[in-house]
Formats: sequence, C-alpha cells, structure tokens
Amino acid sequence: MSAMHTSKHPASKLAFNRRLTREEISSGALAKQLENLLDRNPAKTVVYVGLGTCGLASGGQRVWNRLEERKSKGEIDVVLKKTGCIGYCQQEVMVDVKKPGKPRVSFANVDVARIDKIIDSYIKGDTLPTEFVTGVSESYPEGPEFQIPADWKGVKAFKDLPYFKKQKRVVLKNCGTLDPDSIDEYIAKDGYKALTKVLDMTPRAVVDEIKASGLRGRGGGGFPTGSKWEFAFNQPGPQKYIVMNADEGDPGAFMDRSVLEGDPHRVIEGMAIGGFAIGANHGYIYCRAEYPLAIEKLERAIADARSYGLLGKNILGTNFEFDLTIKKGAGAFVCGEETALLASIEGKRGMPKPRPPFPAVQGAFNKPTVINNVETFANVPEIIRNGAAWFAAMGTPRSKGTKVFALTGKVKLSGLIEVPMGITLREIIFDVGGGILNDRGFKAAQIGGPSGGCLPTQCLETAIDYDSLIEAGAMMGSGGLVVMDDQTCMVDVARFFINFTRSESCGKCIPCREGIARLQEMLEKVVEAPETETGNMALERMKAVIDLRKTCELIRDTAACGLGQTAPNPILSTLRYFKEEYEAHIYDRKCPAGRCKSLLRYMVDPKSCIGCGICKKKCPNAAIVGEIKHAHYIVAEKCVRCGVCFEACPKKAISCS
Amino acid sequence: MSMVNVTINGTKHQFEAGMTVLEACRKIGIEIPTLCHLKNLAPSGSCRICVVEVEKARTLVPSCAFPIAEGMVVRTNTERIRQARKMIVELLLANHPSDCLNCNRSLTCELQKLAMEYEAEHKPHMKAKRHHAIDASSPSLVRDPDKCIICGRCVRVCEEVQGVGAIDFTKRGFESIVLPAFNDDLADTICVNCGQCIKVCPTGALSENFSVKDVIDALNDKDKVVVCQVAPAVRVALGETFGVDEDNVAPLLVDALHRIGFNYVFDTNYAADLTIMEEGTELVTRLTTGGVLPMITSCSPGWIKFIEHFYPQMLPNLSTCKSPQQMQGALIKSYWAKKMKIDPKNVFNVSIMPCTAKKFEAQRPEMEVDGIRDVDVVLTTREVGKLLRAFDVELEACTKTEFDNPLGEASGAGAIFGATGGVMEAALRTGYKLVTGKELDTIDIEAARGFEGVKEATVQVGDIPLSIAIASGLANARKVLDAVISGQKKYHFIEIMACPGGCLNGGGQPTHFDVEALRKRLAKIYAIDKAAKIRRSHDNESVKTLYAEFLQKPNSPVSHKYLHTHYHARPEKC
Repeated sequence: MSAMHTSKHPASKLAFNRRLTREEISSGALAKQLENLLDRNPAKTVVYVGLGTCGLASGGQRVWNRLEERKSKGEIDVVLKKTGCIGYCQQEVMVDVKKPGKPRVSFANVDVARIDKIIDSYIKGDTLPTEFVTGVSESYPEGPEFQIPADWKGVKAFKDLPYFKKQKRVVLKNCGTLDPDSIDEYIAKDGYKALTKVLDMTPRAVVDEIKASGLRGRGGGGFPTGSKWEFAFNQPGPQKYIVMNADEGDPGAFMDRSVLEGDPHRVIEGMAIGGFAIGANHGYIYCRAEYPLAIEKLERAIADARSYGLLGKNILGTNFEFDLTIKKGAGAFVCGEETALLASIEGKRGMPKPRPPFPAVQGAFNKPTVINNVETFANVPEIIRNGAAWFAAMGTPRSKGTKVFALTGKVKLSGLIEVPMGITLREIIFDVGGGILNDRGFKAAQIGGPSGGCLPTQCLETAIDYDSLIEAGAMMGSGGLVVMDDQTCMVDVARFFINFTRSESCGKCIPCREGIARLQEMLEKVVEAPETETGNMALERMKAVIDLRKTCELIRDTAACGLGQTAPNPILSTLRYFKEEYEAHIYDRKCPAGRCKSLLRYMVDPKSCIGCGICKKKCPNAAIVGEIKHAHYIVAEKCVRCGVCFEACPKKAISCS
Repeated sequence: MSMVNVTINGTKHQFEAGMTVLEACRKIGIEIPTLCHLKNLAPSGSCRICVVEVEKARTLVPSCAFPIAEGMVVRTNTERIRQARKMIVELLLANHPSDCLNCNRSLTCELQKLAMEYEAEHKPHMKAKRHHAIDASSPSLVRDPDKCIICGRCVRVCEEVQGVGAIDFTKRGFESIVLPAFNDDLADTICVNCGQCIKVCPTGALSENFSVKDVIDALNDKDKVVVCQVAPAVRVALGETFGVDEDNVAPLLVDALHRIGFNYVFDTNYAADLTIMEEGTELVTRLTTGGVLPMITSCSPGWIKFIEHFYPQMLPNLSTCKSPQQMQGALIKSYWAKKMKIDPKNVFNVSIMPCTAKKFEAQRPEMEVDGIRDVDVVLTTREVGKLLRAFDVELEACTKTEFDNPLGEASGAGAIFGATGGVMEAALRTGYKLVTGKELDTIDIEAARGFEGVKEATVQVGDIPLSIAIASGLANARKVLDAVISGQKKYHFIEIMACPGGCLNGGGQPTHFDVEALRKRLAKIYAIDKAAKIRRSHDNESVKTLYAEFLQKPNSPVSHKYLHTHYHARPEKC
C-alpha cells in the first residue's frame, strides 16, 4: 500500500501479503494459524526484552545489543523479541526467558553484566540465577497453572506476587507480552475480532452495547462513553470524526504512553469501532510529540492495519471506511482539554472554546466529533468481544471495569498498575505498592494529577471510583497516583501543582490566567520567610491567606475549562485535610515536615557544642561564628539553610526547627 | 421562529430560540457587564465578567456564550455573581498600571468603569506584574501591552473582521500577551493601520500615535501658516464627544479651529469632488480604451496597505488617484500657496481624519511633490476633541462658520465619501454624465447604501451595463478579490473601504462600540448630502475653477504630477 511506503520505518514483515477477510478473523482460523507466533510451543528458547520508554531509559537497548551480539556469534540459539512495558517500571530492564518445557521467567534490573550471567548460567546452562528473578509470568502452552520447577527455590508466579495479585488486567493485557510491532501477534491474540463483530451489527447496537457496559471516560471527567457516542450518533452526517486524546500531560502519569507503546492495535481497533458506531470515516490521534516511541509504534501499526484492509476503504470487504491521522501535540497541557485539543488539530492555538456547542455536536472542523482517551478506546474491543455484561460485572455500581494508574512517589513498588474499580486506596498503596518506602509513615496520596487532590490517612478506605473520589475532594483524573510519606510538606505539594497549572494555563480566561498566578504568590508568602519582616509584610501575608480560599473558589466557579476549574483542587484538598499544616506555616512560621527551607532555623545547642569548629569551616556562607573550644553560634540572617553544619556536627549539637 | 420560556431573576419571559443568555437579558433591560464580548462575532467567553447563575449548572456560566433553553432559570444579581465579578476585576487591576489619571482612556475605559461599579479593592499582596515595552514604532498605532487585559477583542477584529491577523495571543499562563508575531515592531508587520483594534480595546492598551503636541507646537510657531482640512466622516461623529447632536458639526468645528489659531480651514469634501473628477475620468478612460479592469478605489490607506501585502498582483487594478487627503494637501501647498503668495515650506498642513491609517499614508515616501510633503500631521477625530479641550473650546459654544475658500466648497457627493458605497455613488453621479452627457434620473443610488459588507449592482451607464461591487471591512474585501481572481465574478468598478461601514466607523472615530451610533452617523451623512446645494462633483464651481486656473483637465499631466501616485508590493514582513 502506498501508505506503507510513506512510513518512515522499515516495512513490517507481515504474515500475509493481502487483505484479510471477515470470516477468517471471526472464525478464529487466522488466530490459530498465527498461534505459533506467540511461541506457545517453542522449539527454541525465546528471549523477550522490555523496550518501552521505561526499558529504553534504563538501558534496554544495550541489553538488546548484547543479546544480538552473542546470538550473531553463534553462542546462543534463541529467538529475540521486543515487548512493551509490563508495568513493573521500577524493575526495568526486564528480560523474560522462555525455554521449552520451562515456565516463562522474568529477570529484573538487567544490565549487560547481568544478561551475560543469565546467558551463561540459564540460557546456555540450566541453572536459574534465582537472585535476579522477579517471577514467573503466564506460560504457554502449559497455561497459568504450570508448575514451577521444584529446584527454583523462592521463585513465585506473577499472579502470586503482591504487586500483581490484586491487579486485573484488561487494558494492559497485552502490554509486556506481545510484540507491539507485530499485527500478526495481535491478531493471534484475538485482535480485530471485535471490529469484525461490529461489522455484523448496526451502529445503533454498538452504541447500545457501550452504553450497557457502563464504560466511563478514562481521561478524567468520567463522562459515560456510550452517551457521548450516542450524541454524535444522533447528529446528521455525512462528515463526523473520532479523536483519540493521547496528550497525556499530568506530571508523573504514563498510562497512555505504555498502552500506545505496548499494544497500539488495541486502540486502533477501539477507534475503528467508535467510527463505525457514530458514522465517522476518519479519526485523529492527538499524541504529544514527547512520545516519539508511541508515535513510531502507532505509525507502524496504522500502516500494517491498512495493508491488511483493517483501515482505509472497504474495511474487511464491507462498505465501512475508516482511516487515521496522527497529529502531534506541541506539549501544551491544556490541549488535553477537548475543545483546546480540537483547536490544535485544526491548526489553531490550543485554547478552549465555550461549550455548548459540545464537540459531539460541533467538534473538529465544526463537525460532530467524539473525543475519548487512550484507555477508553483500549477498553472498547474487550467490551465488544466479551459483551457489555462481562464488563459491567467488574467494578462498582456506577464505575465499571478497571482503571490503570501510574503508581509513583514514596511507595516501595512503583509502576503501572491496573486495578478493578472499587478497590480501596489502602489496597493499592499497601498491597499492590508494597507500602511506604523505607517503612516511613503514610501521609497522603495525590490522585488525579494537577486537577486532583491529596487524600490523607482517613481516606485510605476510600473506594477508587469516580464519585467517591470527587466526594473526597480529589478526582479520578487520567490515573496519576503519587504517594507521599510523612516527610512531605503539603503546602509545598500544593505549591508544586499550582506552579504547574500556572505555567500551563492557556491564558485565555482571567480567573485562570491571573488567579492561579495569585494563588502561587499567596503560597509563596506562606512558605517564604524573609530575614526580617519589614513594612506591611505580615499584614500582606494575612491578607493573602484570607484571599487564598476565596480566590480558589472564584477560579473553580468561573474558569472557562476543566483545567482552570480544577486547578485550585490541590489547595482546596490540602486545606481541607491538612489545615493545621497551613496554620503552622502561617502562624508559627514553621514547616512541620521540614521541607520549606525558608522557614527552617538551624541552632547550635551551646551545652552540647564542644567548639571543634568543623561547622564553621564547612559553612558555605560564613554564617557560623565562635572561638575554638567555645560554643559556636549561627547568625540567622546569614544562614542559607543548606544543612551542611547539621550533617557535619560530630556531637549532633546543631538542631533544626 | 420558535419561542423559548426562560425565567430571569424570578420573572418569566419568552425569547426567540437561539439567543444567548446575554442577549436575552439585554433585551429585557438587564445590562450584564462584558469585557470580551463583541456583537456579531462568535463568543470567546474569555473574560468571565458576564457570568450568571443558571440553575443546575455546576459553575457560573458566561452569559455571552451560553444559549438559552426551554425552562432555563437564570439569576444575574446574586451575591455569588457580584463577588465573582468583583474579584475578576480585582485580578485585572492587580496586573494593570495604576496610572488612570494620565491614561488617554481615562473615563472611557471599560475596566475603570467596572472597577468603580463593583467597588474593586486594591490588593497590595498581589505584586507580580507582566511588563512589556511600549511599541510606538508604527506612525498610526501605539501598543502598551502593560494595559492589555488580554480580552482578545483586537485579535478577533483583526483576524475575523479585517482578515489581517497582525496580532495574536502569545506565550502561556500568566505570561500570556497579545503581540505581533515574533514580537516584531508593529511597523514591521502586516498591520494595515486601520485602527479597528483601538475601537474595540476596552482599555488604553491600544491607541493612535498621538500628534496633538505637534499641532500645538505648530500653532505656537509664528513663522508657520497653519492650515487644516476636515474629512467627511469627522463631522458626523465629533459631536458625540462634545454632546452636540447635529447632523453636521463642521460649521462649528471651522469656528473652533479658527479660535485656536488655525489660519485657514478647508474641506476635504472639496478634494473628494476632485477625486471623483479624476477617478471618474480614469474609469471612463479604462472602460473605453481597454484598460485594466475592474478598477478599484484608492481612497482608503488601510486598504492600500492591505492590497500591497496580500494582493500585490491586483495593484494595476488600483486607481492611480491619491486619496482626497493627499490631493487636498498637494493642492494646498501648490495651487493655494501660490495663489496666496505663501512659501509652501512655511505652510503647516494638518488634516483631521476619522482614520489612523491616514497617519501612515501622510508619511509614505510617495506623498510629496518636488520635495514638499503633501500633509504634515494627521489628527484623528478623537485627537481633535483633545486638542479643542486643551484650548478650552466647547464645540457647542462656537458660531457656525463656512469653510475657507477656494478649497472649501463641496458637493453632497463629496460628503457621502464618509460612508461605505459613498465613493461609488458619487462616482456614478459624475461618471454617468461623463459617458452619456446627461444627468442621472435618480440621484440617490440606494443599491450603494447601507452597512452590508458586500454590495453588488449593475448600473446602466449609456451603452455600458456597469457592474459594480462595494466592500467594507477587509475580510469582505478578500471575498470580493478572491471572487475576481478566480474568475467567479466580473466587475468594472469596485469600491473598497478598510473599515466596516466605511470612514464613519474609521479607526480614528470616537471609541464607541455601538452599532446604533453607527446608524446615526450614516443617517447624518446622507442628510448632509440631501441638504447640499449641489449634489454632483462635476457641478462644484471651485473644482471647475481649479481646472481652469491650474490643472487644465482631469488626468492631465499636471493632475498626474500633483494628484496621482503609484503603490508597490510589500512582503509579509516589510
């Protein structure tokens, strides 16, 4: 196909050089034919290397190169495969080895030295270096109940590992197990079966199926996907659009990236189903340019789908036409907002437009448009294939299915997780995440990104669903989940997120543009202590504090789009749950967590000081005075609060308050 | 039209479906404040000043962008709304210079008005301010970004109404600001100096490049003979600034200008009559000798810069006539100065215009004859108001006085230059005579009148079915030109005015964003025409004398020397 020649990447090696037919996909004949690709019964050892962005960043390419080098030298006779991320990002680079007759075993934190050891002892020899093993993933053909050899002491199946035990993988099902560059592997795993199925249905029936599933938008707002599709379905044609929002911008969130990198065909299939349902013949994937690998995977996947007749004109021999264009975003957070995203697709500055009219009525190029998030589309093929009831059986009455989170922060096991809706925060942090790093105390979980809120200990039993989170003062968001320990200053956290939205506001509406900047200014006043308070400083600080909540409420009530309306959430939720921490900053001028440097005071206890002079020597700003063998003294006005003296004092005579 | 039931502040009303909440409220006399709203343009919803409560809505909604719906319950005056509006104004003030006392928009500033209405308080703890240098590079416009509240009205007018797009939002968040691309000097951009942005700017962020001081200096200079000319559209708008509601304030203005020291006050309408003689003759010549058609008018300097930037291939279609301002200027310093035995070097030539682009035009290198500049300084209608006030002159108290002659006699045809279609109508009145030797039966050509953006007609002139088009507003000019270029339309003669509605809505007119005011001005212009003793340019005796004494005949070599010019293509960046 011509589209393939325009692709920047070398053409894929496809199993067939023809358009596929509906029958061979729906009957499963094709999947069976391609089954050997999955190496379910390999005659040779297969080595999988996790080469998503997380794997690459950890040095995955070097591990891959080493494997190829040793293979080319003829030292090992293996099949090498690239996969996406399985979610265990902390343990990247992950390498899986499947030897015939043995379970598929995953090695963690692999570097060149370690891969050599693995090759020598396990691939060439037969001794498993158990110290490098994370666990055993599902193995074929033996199935999930395949026995782990008795001599593999201490090695557990993935499903028994705490990290995976409470997870339920729907969206991430194929991530880390399939080669994202191979459409054949996707088809072998029943891929595009859902698309084949909808081609036999009426568009109305597809919309009803999605409605019945109870699927809600995974981008943050939680709007029922089926209703959104129905609005667009009811609009007159002929031109309508499907848009996938892959402009994932929350700090610390990488759910969408992993899906795009690890299983691109899933979202393409989801979009095509959406296009069929609402009557759109074209779709846009709005992906941030900072995700080059995701874009590369998508480009290849689209080209391959076209050559199999799964995209383009006359899809699978029917009259249905659907094709995709990738539009790279230039990194503006606000372009995750529907109307700003559409403006950006149209080539305009990414600024939100007033709604109504809603995009489903008047969206891209003023045509009816459905915009869904990556994760939402990724759910669609599963729902179609397994039925709405299957999906609706998962989760809570009002929030169905699963949710992918990027679990980060002060948690022992961080990475990408997929859990059923309704799981509690405690289960996520302490069971899946293994608890707080260094066994410190839990303080708060920031959920929902810059628009979300911080939930404290008393919210640990909160069920993770759209409505409970809003009630608790946070929101589902796109799936960022940052865990904070007792050394975190909540005012500082609020300030971090406000700084983020301040610079990411598009600047269109006054409350967001001016208001958020003022919130930031007010928080600066709370966490900054000038050496000496002059003039009206104290008064102004108090005025700022009085205005803080009012300004938050103004922005929430009047800002033009979701970004602005939710921007004060980090402040409002911390004010709600950590009011005393604000009070300590404001009235006592102290930061209980010791994070706000400006409020710290280093002091020498004259009784314990032996006058050794080490602190005086180490102080970078000559803020310490004193004679040898006499107690020293820190001049507060000169102290830059670097903490060097605190660390250096052999008698621990320096304290910090 | 189906009707919709809406409850506003507890009272039930019926409105036509499709209205916004703002329109509905205004219809029943609830004046909701706005800062970014512009009638007839798509709502932007950026300022949030117009927020109201709509039952069941999660947040306050912007009334300017929110359509009414059956059964909707709206409240416009709750404490929640007042507090929100007050805080929004306070947020704006915190990032705004507090120099209202010496701001040129003091008392006409919309932000100032809102600050007073909502009793906005000073917030000393809000310290950070955006700062950008003032851009006074353009001879026509000055941008003071520090006073910009980023409402985007200028951006929308420039892009949507004028089809230019010289300025846009740049940067993000708190640093957002409206700037020309790459923060270039405005003088180096595609800005056509039309000044429509000034008219919609709610604050003092955009203004003309003031020249009042230059005029006062000239008036104080004993060696200078200070003369001025008054454009057709000034006399129907200046009264608004002084509270004088007369059809024509020109007779009062002549006295006022004499009082403050102008030696002679002439009428640009005279040059407008002359333009018709020259341009009409040029058209007839082109029609009869196979010249480049359609011929397009060249009176509007904003339009001239627009065609130079965007349609340079159409420059041969432009009439070679200078605009009336430049014709009048050239004649004052040649014909009149010679007649009065004054050294043209000592003549200081001021023109009072409804236009900011005229400032640019006056300083174009082409606009001089033998090293003598046609026009020295251009004042806008707004500036002339300031000038008179500076000299303690109240327009109302002045005595009606005739323009000085011989450059003061004018026909009604010259007067209607101030409205869109006026040049066309005046040209047809004279062109008909030039071609057929007879006068038009009906002197009022209704097809050329009214505020419609594009007007078309076919007028039988002798044997020629003359196909004409009239466009005002440069986005409309684009439509007409694109249709001509694509061959979709064929015209003989096109009138284009840069400003929507013509000069009466020029960028130098009193800053009122009010369609009613425009209608009034339009009515006044036609009233002046109707009341005029002569209504055809070729009947103007002073113009006849001018040809007899100086120019010989229309389009003669002398005419060409003083009254005609040529324009050149400009790249995107100039």
